[in-house]
Amino acid sequence: MISDLFSLTVLLGIISSGIRLATPYLFASIGEAFSQRSGVLNLGVEGQMILGAFTAFYVVMNTENLLLGVLAAMGVGALMGLAMGFVSITLQAQQGISGIGFYLFGLGMSNLLFQLLVGTVETVSGFPKVPLPILSDIPVIGELFFDHNILVYLAFLIVPIASFVLNKTNLGLKIRSVGENPEAADSLGVSVSKVRYFTTIFGGAMSGLSGASLSIALLNVFQLGMTAGQGFIAVALVYFGAWRPWGVLAGALLFSLVNGLQLWIQVLGINIPSEFAVMMPYILTIFVLTLSRSKYGAPSALTKPFEREG
Amino acid sequence: MTDLELNSGKKVRIESVTMQGITKRFPGVLANDRVDFDVKASEVHALLGENGAGKSTLMKILYGLYHQDSGEIYINDELVKINSPTDAINLGIGMIHQHFMLVPTLTVTENVALGLPSSRGPLTDLDRVSKRILELADLYGLRIDPNAYIWQLSVGQQQRVEIIKALYRGADLLILDEPTAVLTPQEVDELFGIMRQMVNDGFGLIFISHKLHEVIEISHRVTVLRNGKKVGTRPTSEVDKSELAKWMVGHAIDFITTTDQIQCGEVRLKLENVSCESDRGAKGLKDINLELCSGEILGLAGVSGNGQRDLAEVIVGLRKVSSGKIFLEDEDITGADVDVLIKKMLSYIPEERMRDGMIKDFTVAENLILREHDQPKYSDNGFLKLKSIENHAKELIKLFQIKTPSHKTMAKSLSGGNIQKIVLARELSRKPRTIIAAQPTRGLDIGAAEYVREQLIIQRNNGTAVLLISEDLDEIFALSDRIAVIYEGKIMGILSREDATKEKIGLLMAGVLPAEQA
Repeated sequence: MISDLFSLTVLLGIISSGIRLATPYLFASIGEAFSQRSGVLNLGVEGQMILGAFTAFYVVMNTENLLLGVLAAMGVGALMGLAMGFVSITLQAQQGISGIGFYLFGLGMSNLLFQLLVGTVETVSGFPKVPLPILSDIPVIGELFFDHNILVYLAFLIVPIASFVLNKTNLGLKIRSVGENPEAADSLGVSVSKVRYFTTIFGGAMSGLSGASLSIALLNVFQLGMTAGQGFIAVALVYFGAWRPWGVLAGALLFSLVNGLQLWIQVLGINIPSEFAVMMPYILTIFVLTLSRSKYGAPSALTKPFEREG
Repeated sequence: MTDLELNSGKKVRIESVTMQGITKRFPGVLANDRVDFDVKASEVHALLGENGAGKSTLMKILYGLYHQDSGEIYINDELVKINSPTDAINLGIGMIHQHFMLVPTLTVTENVALGLPSSRGPLTDLDRVSKRILELADLYGLRIDPNAYIWQLSVGQQQRVEIIKALYRGADLLILDEPTAVLTPQEVDELFGIMRQMVNDGFGLIFISHKLHEVIEISHRVTVLRNGKKVGTRPTSEVDKSELAKWMVGHAIDFITTTDQIQCGEVRLKLENVSCESDRGAKGLKDINLELCSGEILGLAGVSGNGQRDLAEVIVGLRKVSSGKIFLEDEDITGADVDVLIKKMLSYIPEERMRDGMIKDFTVAENLILREHDQPKYSDNGFLKLKSIENHAKELIKLFQIKTPSHKTMAKSLSGGNIQKIVLARELSRKPRTIIAAQPTRGLDIGAAEYVREQLIIQRNNGTAVLLISEDLDEIFALSDRIAVIYEGKIMGILSREDATKEKIGLLMAGVLPAEQA
């Protein structure tokens, strides 16, 4: 029954799963926000995520070392970021098309490796819940916010850090200027390509981490195509969040709450075809993107390769 | 001054910079051909030349943005290698680019701090930077709010930020690349004041320009480049305007004016109480009444941004009229489609020629038929007549002296003057009856500008009605039969040329009506 949705337990359940499900969005979107602020549109997030998800899963399956799994996923993501950087910064390829290329590469590669190295559905024991002392004892709130695995906390912690780095550090100033007017930055001795390489590699590592959060923290399995478009939604969230970490957070929560709602609709067996429920986040993506006309424009140099003339 | 010295962090002050035998080749062009140039402390050395003469290339080499193919640079008689802007900055060379190198979404302080190490390590030290900006600004009368965003600033203020940026980095040699091109007369005076003070303080200044009277007013020495070669260097006190012009262009130039008074013909264009909204919804036009006759040039004077652009766009059908009526040859064309106006032989030379006047990635030939591509002359049942388009292009390239490798060259690879010639060729060759020319000579060198003016006069003599919108008062006075002044979207008055003085027009431009002038 629809009315089941409005019981307190269910609502709390939706919020709690919403917070958990925001994790992969946050990692990937914050990374993407950095690379876009510097002028590089990386559409390969989805591919970096899925390859990161597989890497983390495979490493943990074999070593049972969660930290190693996370680091390996970030390393693979960073490598893909480096490759994306090489193609779009050094070779100055069309960013949209090369990004899609990297998505397809990540998807295909993760399929291949999974077939070769794993073959069947297996589970791993991922990051356990870590209830925060004292905070988690607060009734209702404690359970909602302070009883998650460590990657969830990390994802939320990264938002203020990212905002601080962008706005209060020299590095952030360089990133912002390179994305808005690379000629100006160049004329002041800022290396445009260095900054852009940094952000694409960082973005790749974050996408890898995002994939890891799926395969060794939230679901603890690896399935073919398990990222299911979340990497693309992460890119959309950057637009939705007007290229600002706090905006990205708002967007990530909105989407993950809808995701949570969708899960609960299925769990409760409410009489909406599950296909429709599953569609909800994607429809919301399109809807939100058409409606959100941010007062902040995109970084002026987004998708534009930089080359000093002469 | 202690802060300045602190910032520069280097021992030697620049006493002289000497560039010797600089040669720079671009694919197909010899931009600099064994050019010698030098500048000393406490002087303004003007670098004069037409567009494409190689001024900017030479200066970009000095600033490390380009690398010379051969030739040496000496500072205080010591050979230096300048591989990047960072090298130049460390040597004490600063450059104020023609297109400002500012990040519009950042504040003044952030723009100044960009690229410099922070005194707080990885964290920014914007509060300290902003304090030092105020000290520098005080020293040279560069009034600026360090916390303002660049996009909020006027062009003149942005230029001050550029100067502060260079000073902050301890520059004692400043390259000013066409700094007056975008300024109002008052702002130019202000800039010259700042420049004089800097010279008194021992700065060396390189002043790039193609405005002769400015060069004569501000510089101590002048060097002229033509086609990448140095024509000569002379003390400014020993040269005059016509001599410099001859050096620049290679032959004597007659500065054009209309002299003969031509009888005004029938009314071609009439605006009745026309109002419109501008982009930001505010200002725009307020109850404009205007008549334009055949065989006259009506000059529209005004300070930049007082509705000139809205007026042009309203007439050519690119902007909606909110009230009032527009008549073209007695036909009401208010809100008419642009193709109706084209058929009535209205031509438009837009202010932003690169954006509104042509398609950069089209060839010269394609750009030349943009307005009439669907006429039987150039297309047959939807198929382009390539041969006739090619012939048309070749003819116009010759007639309008467009300098282009071929008619198949992409428009974007041509110089500003030649791009304007393409627009002119397209708009004038169709024998227009009415022309709206918005800032037709802005950014052009003397030769090209005089050419454009000449073409407009020819049109007027042939009986075409010409509305000349210009922020260059000299141009307005040189060409117009009548002068209208626009201020805050209103026509302040229309004077015949005999009645008009620069003083009267200047007051109207500032919004002062004759009754108040007393």
